Parts: sequence; structure tokens; C-alpha cells
Amino acid sequence: MGLDYVIGILILSGINLMTALGLSLLTGFTGLFSFGHAGFIAIGAYTATTITMKYNIFPESMLWLQFYLALIVAGFVSMLVSLLIGKLTLNLKGDYFCIATLGFGEAIRLILDNVSYFGGARGLPNIPTVGTTTLTNVIIIDTIAVICIVFIINSRHGRNMTAIREDELAAQTIGINVFKYKMISLAISAFYAGIAGGLLAHYLGFIQPIMFKLIKSTELTIMVVFGGLGSVSGTVIGTLLLTFLPEVLRSFYNWRLVIYGAAIITIMIARPQGLMGGKEFRIITFFKKIGRKEEVKS
Amino acid sequence: MNVFLQQVVNGLSIGSIYALMSVGYSLVYSIMNFSNFAHGGVIMIGAYLGYFCLTQLGVPFILAIIMTAIGAGLLAVSIEKIVYSPLRKRNAPSLYFLISAMGASIFLENMVIASPIGPTFRSYPAIFSTTPIMIGNTALSRIDLLMFIISLISLILLIFIIEKTKVGLSIRATAFSIKGSKLMGVNVDKVIFIIFLLGGLLAGIAGMLFGMKYTVYPQMGEITTKSFIAAVFGGLGSLPGAVIGSILLGLIETMSSAYISSQYRDLIAFTLLIFILIVKPTGLMGKSTEDKA
Repeated sequence: MGLDYVIGILILSGINLMTALGLSLLTGFTGLFSFGHAGFIAIGAYTATTITMKYNIFPESMLWLQFYLALIVAGFVSMLVSLLIGKLTLNLKGDYFCIATLGFGEAIRLILDNVSYFGGARGLPNIPTVGTTTLTNVIIIDTIAVICIVFIINSRHGRNMTAIREDELAAQTIGINVFKYKMISLAISAFYAGIAGGLLAHYLGFIQPIMFKLIKSTELTIMVVFGGLGSVSGTVIGTLLLTFLPEVLRSFYNWRLVIYGAAIITIMIARPQGLMGGKEFRIITFFKKIGRKEEVKS
Repeated sequence: MNVFLQQVVNGLSIGSIYALMSVGYSLVYSIMNFSNFAHGGVIMIGAYLGYFCLTQLGVPFILAIIMTAIGAGLLAVSIEKIVYSPLRKRNAPSLYFLISAMGASIFLENMVIASPIGPTFRSYPAIFSTTPIMIGNTALSRIDLLMFIISLISLILLIFIIEKTKVGLSIRATAFSIKGSKLMGVNVDKVIFIIFLLGGLLAGIAGMLFGMKYTVYPQMGEITTKSFIAAVFGGLGSLPGAVIGSILLGLIETMSSAYISSQYRDLIAFTLLIFILIVKPTGLMGKSTEDKA
């Protein structure tokens, strides 16, 4: 494995992590389950690409600024669409919401397939990749994203979302506006997915509607569940592991996805709470544990 | 007018295939309250089983369809035993079932790609002549008629089992309340075994018929998204709803590809899905609005 290859996978993990963080808030902390986030990623990818390629307002030397602008706009466009979708579907219960988001995600892909402005099914090639989605940029964005998510989760709003996850009816009785908080959660996750889309487009250099199929959404949700619902550090670890796993298994070629499928089933049976099981990884508790073990020894 | 009639028959035959799939999905949902994403894998394996029965073993068509159904039924049951039953014993939330089901579907799909069968598209041998049957001026394709008739027979058999037999009674009771039926002495494990067997049998038949009309390939499990949509149209967990929703979806699809554009066919179906859910959040025949998840 060359260094470039490892950096490539790290960038890919960082991009996956963006969406996974949003999904962690939506699924892990608010208890909503979405199959449509590939749609939000697609919206982000196409918006960011359109801005960097067709609305170049900054000079060549300021490419990074243009890139960041594109990402933020991509996030906001995604968020706007999510507000519309949320308004229509967030009143649905359980699996009805799942299937509605599935329908939304597929609909976005089919619309992009047919719009010639976005290149139709052939997609958009020649997206600038130099100096845009670099490892440094991805790390900066991911760090900001993780910090924001942790702040949101530990705020009053985050606690309201957790209350909705635990018991929707009880949350409503103590005066939490369930619909509003579901909406906020969906909007934030869509914002993250939009930025991830922008990063992805500028990493690969081309985008096609077929890249945003249902399997993309499910893969990301699997990462969140694998790491453990209700745990940000779990999401980070799960995303890293599951992005690396198919790459490590690449020498098995066709069998790698078979192993991937079996691994998911195994972890659901053996450790259904995911790797972190709703707990956060904290350096202080880590040291405390070590300390405690030593005490027992002495 | 003739074209219209032909499209109606087309729509009915596609719709009846969707019905076979969504009924199996709905049966599982009605008792276990989760979307069984592994259903697509069972349908795909069924299509391959039918293909190999016809080409390698060279058995007659009727025998092939029975063997396929049994094979797919056994597969569905073993998925339940290996994947879902450990979760069920622990009373895991439905989300974990959903994720395991997706894992199983990824596993099955890539198993076929990695095995000697490979990712190539295969088409069934021509068993029936392609000359259409003429009724008046309307040409009806033989395969469409066959699909419709076989689906109809299977669905009638299923409804007979559910409505008239003792096993069917215990299925209905368990769908109503698992706890209550357990107290009344219903063996819930056996009921779950039977619904997976029934769903698998129908999925096998659906896969084979679908493969005959189009082609067989490892990703064909994706058509189950259509059957999910059909089931939601009708209301999750309701069998008549699943059948009506499927026929409706089949008709809408063929009509929109005939009169609007085949490119927008799926888009129209998905848009309609969201629209129906906005107007009637529990589908056309859905019973409860209670969140069971």
C-alpha cells in the first residue's frame, strides 16, 4: 500500500464521516431512520460542482475560498430541500418515514438522471481536484463538524432530541416540540450530507447520478449503527473501520463484500449495541479505568 | 383503445408479480414490525434457481417452478434462523433487524457475484412461443398472461391458508398481538417459521417469473424497493392492501411509460408514494397509526 493510497482512503473516510455524523444525530440521538441521505449527498455534490465550475467569482489563486464557499452553499441547499421534505414526511411514523425517505432519495437520483443541465445520466466530468478536497481540508472540516455535533448533543436541544428518541409521547407531554426538533435534526444531518457531497465531488473529479443509489444511504447508516447508536466517538470509529475494511480486503476481490455483509450480521448478533454501545470514548475515563485496574492489583 | 387494453394487461401482470413480492414482505412486517430487506436477495436467488432448474436439470416448467419455490422458501427460513432468531430471542429493537436484513441482502448479492455464477446477465430459455394470443384486436403476450395466472393462483392459495386454516388463524392472531397469542397457546416461533416459508415460496415464484419476462442478474433484488412502495401504498402489514397497492403500482408504471415517458416511470411512482403518504399517512388500507418501532 503506497502512501497516496492510504491518504486516499483517509480522505474517503473523512467524507463518509461527514454524512455519518449527521446520521448519528438523526438516527442515534433522535431515533429517526433515513434511507434518503444519498439524495442529500447528491444535491450537495451537484450544487458544489455547479458553483466551482460555473460561478467562479474568485481569482484562480483564491481557489480554496471558492471551494469553501461552494461547500457551505451545498450544505445550505441540501438543508433547504430537507426542510421541505421534513415538512411533508416527518409526521409519518416508523417504517413509513423510512420508505418515504427511500422514495425521496431515489426520486432525486432519477431527476438528476433526466436533467441535461447536470449532464443527465453521464454526469459531470472535469471537476477541479487539485487543492480542493485535500487531506488537510478534510481534517479541518471534520474537526469542526465533530466539535459542532458534540456541542449540539450536549446542549438543551440535544437533550430534547434524546428525549424524543427515548419516548416520543413522554417528550411531547413535558412540552418538547417533537416536530420542531425532528426537523432541526433532519436539517443538520442534511447540511452535513450536503458538505460531504461537495467534498466527494471534488475528491473524485466526476459525479454521476448512479453513484447516489440506495446502497450509498444504507452503507452510511450501517456505519453509524456499527459504531454504536448514540455515540459520536462510536460513529467516528465505525466509519473509519468500515471504510478501511473493504480496502484491506481488496485482495479478496469479489469476496470482500460477502465478508462485509457477513461482518454486519455478525456484529448485530454478537454485539447489537455497536462497538461503543452508546458510550463515549473519553480520555479521562480511559485513564481512570487504567488507574482502577492498578488499584485492584495492589 | 387496443393499445390501452394491452397496457392494462401488461400492468396487471407486472402488478401481480409485485403483489407476490409485497405480500411476503407485508406478512413479515405484520408480525415482526420491520422491513425485511433480505427479501430482495431471496427473490434473486429464486430467479437463479429457476434458471438452473430449466437449463441444467431440464425439468418441465411446472416442476421447475415448484422446485424454485421450495428452494427459495428454505432460504428464507434459514435466513430467519441464522440472522433474525438470535435478535428475536434478545427482544432487539426493529432497527437491528433492519440492519441485519441489509447485511444479509449485501451478503447474498455478492455471494452470487463472487461464486462461479458471476455478475453476467442471463436470460431464460424460450419456453413459450412469443406469438401473442389475439382476443379480438387485442394482442396479449403469452408470458404476461402466464405471469398473471400463476400469481393469481398463488395469491388465492395464500389467502385460503390465511383465512381458512388453523395455521392461518394463528398467523392472524399473532399479527394482532404477539403477547396475547402466546398466552392463548400459539407457538409464535412456528408462526414466524411459517410466514417466512410462505413469503419465501412466493418470492421464489416471483423471482422466476420476473426473470422470465426480463433477465436474471445479481442486482435484481433491487426491484423489491418497488414492492416496499406497493406495500406502503396499500398500508404496511395489510395483505389486501399489499395486493391492491401492487396492482395499482403496476398499472401506474405501465400507463406512465406508455403515455408519458418510460424515463419518468419510476419518478412518477416515487412521487406518488410521497403524495399518498402525505394525504393518507398509513396507506390506503393501513390500520393503526400507532408507532410500533
